[in-house]
Amino acid sequence: MSSETAMLEAYSKREYKHGFVTDIDADTIPPGLSEDVVRLISLKKGEPEWLLEWRLKAFRHWQSMEEPTWPHVSYPEIKYGDMIYYSAPKQKPLLDSLDQVDPKLLETYEKLGIPIEEQKALAGVAVDAVFDSVSIATTYKKTLEDAGVIFCPFSEAVHSHPELIRKYLGSVVPAGDNYFAALNSAVFSDGSFCYIPEGVRCPLELSTYFRINAQNTGQFERTLIVAEKGAYVSYLEGCTAPKRDENQLHAAVVELVAAEDAQIKYSTVQNWYPGDEDGKGGIYNFVTKRGACRGDRSKISWTQVETGSAITWKYPSVILQGDDSVGEFYSVAVTANHQQADTGTKMIHLGKNTKSTIISKGISAGVGQNSYRGLVKIQKNATNARNFSQCDSLLIGDKCGAHTFPYIEVRNTSSQVEHEASTSKVGEDQIYYCRQRGIPTEDAVNMIVNGFCKEVYQELPMEFAVEARKLLSISLEGSVG
Amino acid sequence: MLEIKNLSARSEDTEILKGINLSVKAGEVHAIMGPNGSGKSTLAHVLAGREDYEVTSGEVTYEGQDLLAMEIEERAAEGVFLAYQYPVEIPGVSNKYFLKAAINSIRKYQKQPLIKTSEFLDLLKSNLAKLGMDKEMMERSVNEGFSGGEKKRNEILQMAMLQPKLALLDETDSGLDIDALKIVAEGVNALRSPERAIVVVTHYQRLLDYIVPDFVHVLSGGKIVRSGDRTLALELESQGYAFLEAETASA
Repeated sequence: MSSETAMLEAYSKREYKHGFVTDIDADTIPPGLSEDVVRLISLKKGEPEWLLEWRLKAFRHWQSMEEPTWPHVSYPEIKYGDMIYYSAPKQKPLLDSLDQVDPKLLETYEKLGIPIEEQKALAGVAVDAVFDSVSIATTYKKTLEDAGVIFCPFSEAVHSHPELIRKYLGSVVPAGDNYFAALNSAVFSDGSFCYIPEGVRCPLELSTYFRINAQNTGQFERTLIVAEKGAYVSYLEGCTAPKRDENQLHAAVVELVAAEDAQIKYSTVQNWYPGDEDGKGGIYNFVTKRGACRGDRSKISWTQVETGSAITWKYPSVILQGDDSVGEFYSVAVTANHQQADTGTKMIHLGKNTKSTIISKGISAGVGQNSYRGLVKIQKNATNARNFSQCDSLLIGDKCGAHTFPYIEVRNTSSQVEHEASTSKVGEDQIYYCRQRGIPTEDAVNMIVNGFCKEVYQELPMEFAVEARKLLSISLEGSVG
Repeated sequence: MLEIKNLSARSEDTEILKGINLSVKAGEVHAIMGPNGSGKSTLAHVLAGREDYEVTSGEVTYEGQDLLAMEIEERAAEGVFLAYQYPVEIPGVSNKYFLKAAINSIRKYQKQPLIKTSEFLDLLKSNLAKLGMDKEMMERSVNEGFSGGEKKRNEILQMAMLQPKLALLDETDSGLDIDALKIVAEGVNALRSPERAIVVVTHYQRLLDYIVPDFVHVLSGGKIVRSGDRTLALELESQGYAFLEAETASA
């Protein structure tokens, strides 16, 4: 075990213990999951009766379900009974200065060019008064309020906008949709709610980073975004630096609703702790993300760059209900070292002339296993529907794997589905060619990988694309050599 | 500039170069000719540093340094350039980006400031014009979907942009029609200078009508069997390689 790894291990263990000691007198409930725990969570959050009922129903449903075994990943059994399901505010011991933070983490922040105060916030160092995060957030809040946009923590929205939450919660991902969504529905801690009224183009790209508390929403996050008729919003999720997080399981749910002519662009850059070089530790990222294009001519785009997590299990999907609605999925998924990813999308065509595009780029290095799993379903009434799918895999080294599991169901004759797939290796001849032109190996690999991901990067908002590029090069550092 | 002494190299279990001796001075143009499988391309790649070949004996001195001890990119940054017989495709990376990355990597190695974008674009524009290449090609991915001729021209463009001290051209004439051949040869000739050496590897003498060499060497069975001036190439053309092989076999 390298010294950095040892440090990280020690670091996370220390924190774990610490969490137990200090949190008990704060607001943490004992480990385990039962109806009482669900009731307690709801009670502590002061939720209305209907929401408690909703949680309980989800919990009962979850109890009757089995953890899925079909993903092309393997991991030791998750002991749901040993987990703590409520700890609010999720107290992490604040450190006094950056000197106490794992140097490897700091090195990464440095490479990403993250400002020092931001580094502190990410690493869990007490942020001093100089960093005026509150005022930044306030400025943003004012701009949004003026536009009529609601953007607040989920738990706050339950009280301030109960009618909207009640109308839309679980309307895209039903409480019993799948094992992890059901678990989330029963015990979700917090998340974001975002509502764009009719005809409003959201004046800012919304990012959880600008919302206070967003960093500690915990492992069962819930996001709901509603864009009314003609509205537009671009939402950025996640954080481009590896977050200091010791939770093993992340089971989040994201629901998007787009009314007539509305557009939602949802971008994710995910870089949770992937585990160490030996595959020890790391986050299980089991996420259900789904959007519903309810209105005609509505559009939902998912763009994701997934470089973190030990195991990723997510299929951002679009239900194309409205006629002429459009669904898009652009994805880069990286598995290095011992990481495993089973990711893809589902495009369900219900309306006429609906269109979907899937561009998936999987990159495997080390002994990483990368699987694309995608469903394109065109129902009988979805006449003249179109789908284009392109799934490309890039292998770095000879111990990793890439797999593609496409499912295509077409129930009418006027629709058209195209699927292209390719697998390539970062060739030694490509690296040799670059080096012969003076470009060192590491830069050559970055260049080749970035070239491979180009079509996806083009879909990301500018600053995000820049960071995604840097992130990718960090993730793949040392994977060839 | 380049001193090759008793160089032997193999690929896996096959001995390909069997004691090459060659001396190249700045300002000279050398042609290395020989039948297929004689080791011409191997020689070029061994000098560039390709890792598929194992040098079993001999030494190579380049500008007073031990060339064989240098990394591939160090050799490049020190001015060794190889124009590939089969240029490699890099999808998603534009030619323009690639060229700039190469120039700046070399500048970084040489501890020089990075190239200014305006300077780069001016240089690119003038070289494109010289080689009769379309500006639009620079936005396309490196060699992707290029015709054989376009790829070869692109190699010469890279050479013109990188201004190497020692240029190795591996079968640059293969796959070119006569017009393209002339343009490529002009591009190479434009680079001839007292500070620079050029080594042309070719199967046919045709290219040498346009890039006139100072010396011609004939490689056969992993050895240089004959050296001479330009007339040797003409002699080869009229008699073919067969007589050489007979000569070598009986020797």
